[in-house]
Amino acid sequence: MSGLAFLIPIALGMGLLGLAGFFWAMRKGQFEDLDGAAQRILIDDEEEDEQ
Amino acid sequence: MNAPVPLDTFDAAVLKDTRFTVPGMRCAGCIAKIERGLADLPGVVSARVNFSSKRVAVRHDTSLGEQALVEAIAAIGFEAQAVADNPLARDDKETRTLLRALAVAGFGMMNIMLLSVSVWSGAGGVTRDLFHWLSALIAIPVVAYAGRPFFASAAMALRHRRTNMDVPISIGVLLAVALSIYETATGGEHAYFDGAVMLLFFLLAGRALDATMRDKTRAGIGALLSRMGRSATVLDADGTSRTVSAQDLEPGMLMLVPAGEALAADGVVEEGASTLDNSMLTGESAAQGVAAGETVYAGAINLGNPLNVRVTAAASDTALAEIARLMDEAGQSRSQYVRIADRASRLYAPAVHSLALLAFIGWMLAGAGVYQSLVIAIAVLIITCPCAMGLAVPAAQVVASGALAKRGLLVKDGSALERLAEVDLALFDKTGTLTLGEPVPRLDHLSPDQAGVALALARNSRHPLSRGISGALERQGVVAAPVEHIREQGGRGVVGVLGGVEVALERPESETATLSTSLRIGDAGVIIAFADPVRSDAQEVVRVLAQDGIESRIVSGDRAASVEGVARDLDVAWQAQLLPDDKLALLEGLKSAGHRPLMIGDGINDGPALAAAHASIAPGSASDVSQQAADAVFLGKALMPVSLAVGVARRTMRIVRQNFAFAILYNVVALPIALAGMVTPLIAALAMSLSSLVVVGNSLRLARAAQ
Repeated sequence: MSGLAFLIPIALGMGLLGLAGFFWAMRKGQFEDLDGAAQRILIDDEEEDEQ
Repeated sequence: MNAPVPLDTFDAAVLKDTRFTVPGMRCAGCIAKIERGLADLPGVVSARVNFSSKRVAVRHDTSLGEQALVEAIAAIGFEAQAVADNPLARDDKETRTLLRALAVAGFGMMNIMLLSVSVWSGAGGVTRDLFHWLSALIAIPVVAYAGRPFFASAAMALRHRRTNMDVPISIGVLLAVALSIYETATGGEHAYFDGAVMLLFFLLAGRALDATMRDKTRAGIGALLSRMGRSATVLDADGTSRTVSAQDLEPGMLMLVPAGEALAADGVVEEGASTLDNSMLTGESAAQGVAAGETVYAGAINLGNPLNVRVTAAASDTALAEIARLMDEAGQSRSQYVRIADRASRLYAPAVHSLALLAFIGWMLAGAGVYQSLVIAIAVLIITCPCAMGLAVPAAQVVASGALAKRGLLVKDGSALERLAEVDLALFDKTGTLTLGEPVPRLDHLSPDQAGVALALARNSRHPLSRGISGALERQGVVAAPVEHIREQGGRGVVGVLGGVEVALERPESETATLSTSLRIGDAGVIIAFADPVRSDAQEVVRVLAQDGIESRIVSGDRAASVEGVARDLDVAWQAQLLPDDKLALLEGLKSAGHRPLMIGDGINDGPALAAAHASIAPGSASDVSQQAADAVFLGKALMPVSLAVGVARRTMRIVRQNFAFAILYNVVALPIALAGMVTPLIAALAMSLSSLVVVGNSLRLARAAQ
């Protein structure tokens, strides 16, 4: 029973963290260009473009 | 990670953001080419492609004009157009609200389920009460947040004394939460927080799918729009010129219309002689010659020389605006179309309400207490609440429209798919729809020398016929002859000198029935004829449609002679020389005769017909008006997406009906259990997730429908 006292807050906290992450990603426009994100992985890095 | 590196050499104060639409982007290579090509341009700080909406956002120095950027993108190999703002107002706010609500509901559902599993597996006494309290703590804010889309819509319906699907959902969720709080406070055995939140989650998933589908298509079509003349160059009395947007043009102003531009207002030619392409307005494929004193209409494209046009009617008075008005009226009937989900919920909502009420009264009469009867009535509301129903339609339509989009057909919304499935007659416009709408020259009879001269002359002109010739010759690998002193002569053509001999690409001396131009070297002339070829798979499309029981016809604004030839090739019935009103009347006639016509057209003159038809499709090269009026837009040179759309729409409706049948079957099974008062939170949760999964799984079968 005493275990629950910290296990439940931890579980809830992790859920809230995920939720906050999703909200953040949405506000930052991470879902604006899903097709583009899928394509960009295929672009070769050019020498002068390497970061 | 492939984002261009911003340079710090520019002062932020003189930087400007401009957005361009580039409909031609198709692959990862295009993204890289555009972003790198633009970033290499002096004055450009950064360029970022949004592939989904086919746009490029460029941050650049103010000294670099829009035109220079468009030309730079053209040099990279893409047609671009600057956009002031999205012509289809960007209202993805609804999708964002739904996604946020969905995320919150998902969070709540998982955490409450975590606690509920312990209760189901036997937690009792203080632990159970604690878990119920914790569930309440999570569920109340989650329902308050995630339920808003439903509560708002239900409140709206009730205010107008109507009922919709959201009314039983809202009542069910609110009652379930209220009852669960009461249960928790009195230390009761069952709490339905999990059921209430899960219901919201699945329903929100359906809504979010529906909204995402509309947004995606809107972005795709928005990229194609606004390629037509929205502004004009106006010459003031003192000789200065300025750019005026189409709405601000007034009768009496003098417009300068350069070659290649569309007229922004109706007017009378004051100076200059040229040829106009009226095909968007009338469907007539041959260009029309105009001289001073003649009336010209907004939407026509100037093919030849610059014209000075005195505006006689602007903005809402133009012939173009008259067509837009016709379209508005024609579109009325379509907005009255009731979607299948709404038709189902009209029957469903009252049935669920009466059943829950009957359950309450029945159990009261049978001697159960108010509390017991209320619990059973709420159980009926929760378990019959349309999880599967809410997903039945959107899940199938989203999968289908995704499959169609991969094949180059953008369907605007679910209602369009439903109407496409019902058509029984296909009406095709000719120019630009059955044909490609661009003149293709026949060049086989040219000698290599002639071809070289033709290329040298043609590539120095913006006339569409010249561009057709230069494009075709360049593809053949012809090398241009060293022609000198090339100049474009008003109304005649392009003239130059090759080794002391005058060469010209000019209007043929005798008027011919087909579009043609004459190549003259010294005194020897050779005629280059143009044809607007029928799309290569048109015959196949007509055949496939016929297999589906759909008869095809041609309705065109073009001359009878040119329509007849195409119709004979395709072996279909035809009507020619139809004005926009005629097409509209024809469609109204067909509709009142009980037909459900599908209209496929591209011109502005097809706009009213596209809006009036039961369903409509426009090619990606169509005018803005037509694309906005049409239910779907297809890209590329093939006509096949048209027959594909009808086929996939019909399969989608079959899947939707199966989904409904399953949802009803589920209710038939679950309802007696609920009425008998045997629904525990565990059963409700299992039943809801199972039915939703079956419906989604069934819909996924459509993913390969368009192959």
